Amino acid sequence: MNRIDQRFSELKQQGRKALIPYITAGDPAPQYTVGFMHALVEAGADVIELGVPFSDPMADGPVIQKACERALKQGTRLIDLMQMVKEFRQTDTTTPVVLMGYLNPIERIGYENFADQAASVGVDGVLIVDMPPEEADEIGPLLKSRDLAAIFLVAPTTSYQRAATICAHGEGYLYYVSLKGVTGAATLNADDVAEHLAPLRGLTDLPLCVGFGIRDGVTAAEVAKVADGVIVGSALVNRIAESVDAPETIAGQLKSVLAEMRTAMDA
Amino acid sequence: MTVSETVSKTKFSDLTRMPDARGHFGPYGGRFVSETLSFALEELEKTYLSLRDDPDFQAEFDYDLAHYVGRPSPLYHAKRWSASLGGAQIWLKREDLNHTGAHKVNNTIGQALLAKKTGKPRIIAETGAGQHGVASATVAARLGLECDVYMGAEDVQRQKLNVYRMRLLGARVIPVESGTRTLKDAMNEALRDWVTNVDNTFYIIGTVAGPHPYPLLVRDFNAVVGREARRQSLEQIGRLPDALIACVGGGSNALGLFYPFVEDDDVAMYGVEAGGDGVETGRHAAPLASNAPRGVLHGNRTYLMSDEAGQVSDTHSISAGLDYPGVGPEHALWKDVGRVSYVAANDKEVLEAFRELTHMEGIMPALESAHALAHAKVLAPTMRPDQHIVVNLSGRGDKDIMTVAKIDGIEF
Repeated sequence: MNRIDQRFSELKQQGRKALIPYITAGDPAPQYTVGFMHALVEAGADVIELGVPFSDPMADGPVIQKACERALKQGTRLIDLMQMVKEFRQTDTTTPVVLMGYLNPIERIGYENFADQAASVGVDGVLIVDMPPEEADEIGPLLKSRDLAAIFLVAPTTSYQRAATICAHGEGYLYYVSLKGVTGAATLNADDVAEHLAPLRGLTDLPLCVGFGIRDGVTAAEVAKVADGVIVGSALVNRIAESVDAPETIAGQLKSVLAEMRTAMDA
Repeated sequence: MTVSETVSKTKFSDLTRMPDARGHFGPYGGRFVSETLSFALEELEKTYLSLRDDPDFQAEFDYDLAHYVGRPSPLYHAKRWSASLGGAQIWLKREDLNHTGAHKVNNTIGQALLAKKTGKPRIIAETGAGQHGVASATVAARLGLECDVYMGAEDVQRQKLNVYRMRLLGARVIPVESGTRTLKDAMNEALRDWVTNVDNTFYIIGTVAGPHPYPLLVRDFNAVVGREARRQSLEQIGRLPDALIACVGGGSNALGLFYPFVEDDDVAMYGVEAGGDGVETGRHAAPLASNAPRGVLHGNRTYLMSDEAGQVSDTHSISAGLDYPGVGPEHALWKDVGRVSYVAANDKEVLEAFRELTHMEGIMPALESAHALAHAKVLAPTMRPDQHIVVNLSGRGDKDIMTVAKIDGIEF
C-alpha cells in the first residue's frame, strides 16, 4: 500500500484530519531542507509536500516565487530533491512525501527517468500544477506502474463534469484550491469551501484536502471541520523568508507555526 | 505513438487541420494550466468555435479590419532595395501601415469582439515591445473596457514611447520586476492576474502561444495577412511568390502570413528568430534555430530555451518583441515536418537591415520586422531577378528610434 493511502487510512481510524505542510526544496539553501522536513514531522505533519523550484512559477504568489528564486540561486535541481528525499527516508520510512511543482523540469529530465528516480528514493506522490489530467496521458501510466500517486487540483471554477474526470484520474488525495488566485493571496472562506466540497464527496472516496489561504491555527481548524486535510504553504515559507540571515532558527519557527495548527485542528 | 512517429506521419496537407480537438499540434501545444483557468479556457474555446464560422461575426470582424484598421494593407515592391541586393524581387507586406502600426491589431480586434460577446468588463494583456499592449489599449478604449497591461520592467525602460502611448489610451501599464523582467515574466504576471480575476477579466494574449485555444484563434485572426498577400501576389506578380519571410518571436505575424500558403508546396517559407549576439554565443532568443529542447511554458508544449534542470533560460535580443524563450507550438510542428526553415538574424545584421530599408525605401521598419529583412538580404542575392520574395513588414519602427539613437550615441 502506498504510504499516502496508508496514512489517510490511519487518520480515518483515529478520527483525525491530515496536516500537510509545503516547503520549497533548497530554500534558503539545499543543506537545510531535510532538517526542515524532520522538524515538520515532529510538529505533527502527516504528509509533506516538497516544492520543486521553478524559474516561472505562474500559479504562485510573491512568497513562493521568492522561495523559488532563493532555491535556484543555490543551484537546487530536481535531481537534488531526489537526494533530499533519499536522505529523509534513511530515518523516516513512514511519512509520505509528495513532489509538487511545474512540468518543465520533469519534461527536461524525461518522464520515465523522473518516475524511476522518484520511486527509487521513496517519493509517494506527484502534483504537477500545470498538468491537468487531460495532459497526463503519457506520464500517468509511468507513475501508476511505480505506485506513485498522481495528485490533481480541483478549483472553485471547476465544473461538475470536469470534477468527475479529475476524480476518476486522481490518486492519493484531491487538492482543493480554496480560492481564485495565486498561492498566499488571501484568507479563505470556510463556508464557501464546505459548499464546494459537498458535491465532490459524491464523486470520489479520495481524501479531500484544502490549500490556499490557510494562515494560522484558526483557519486550519475551520477547514479541518469540513475537509480531510489542511495544506499550508505560504505561511511556512514566509517564516523562511524572514529568517534567511539566521537559517539555524528556521526549523524551530516552522515547528511552532505547524504545532499551533496541529493543536487547533485536534482540539 | 512517440514524438518522432507522430511527426513523421504528419503530411503538409494535415497542417491545415491543426490543432486537434484538444489543442495539440502533433506533440506540441495543449492546455498546460492550473485548474482554476481550465473553465475560462473551455468557455473561450466554446465561444470562439461557435463564432468561427458565423457569418455575422466574420462580417463584423471584416468591417472593423477595413474601417478601423485600414485593411487591406498594401503589398509594396521595394524596387530600389531589390536592385541593390542584386537578386530576387522583394515585396513588403505593409502591416506597418495598420492603425497602431503593426499586425498586432488584427488579433486584438478579433479578441475584443470575443470579449464583448463574453460580456467581461476588463481586459488584460502582456506586452514585450509594447505593440500588442498598444493594440489592446486601443481596442479597450474603443469599447470602453478597463485595461491593464503587464510589461517587463526592462521593456518599460527600452520602450518608453509605447508605455506613454498606452497610458494616453487610458490603460494602466504595470511594470513586472520578477524574473528576467521581460516578456515571459509579463506573461507570468498576466496569468496570475487572470487566475485571480477570471470572473470579470478577458485575457488578450498577443501571440500564437499560450494554452489552447489561443494559438488557434490568434492564428486565425492574423491569417488575413496571408490571405491578402496571396491574392495581391496573384494580382501584382501574376503568380505566387517563391518565398515568404517573417520574423518569429512567439510567431503571430509569421503564422498569419504563412498559414494561407501552407499547401502551396512551391512557396518556400523562412521564419527568422532573434539571434541576439549570435546563436553560437548562447545569448539569443532563437529556440527553433538553435534546436532548443522540448518544454512546457505558459500553457503549451513547444521548443523552449531551458537549462539541463529545466529552468527557463534568459534570452537576449535588441528587439523587446522577440525576446522570448519559447515559440508558438504550430511553428514547432512546422519545423519538425520541414514546412518552414527557421533561421536567426543577429542584432548587428538587424541594425544594418533597419538602416538600409530606411535609407533606400523611406520605410522605417520595427526592429522585430528588421529580422525578416536581414534574412531577405541573405536570401535575395542567391535567387534570380525574376523570382519573388514576400517579406512581412510586421510593424513600423517609430517606437525603436530611441533604441537606435542610443546605439548611435545620441541622447535627446
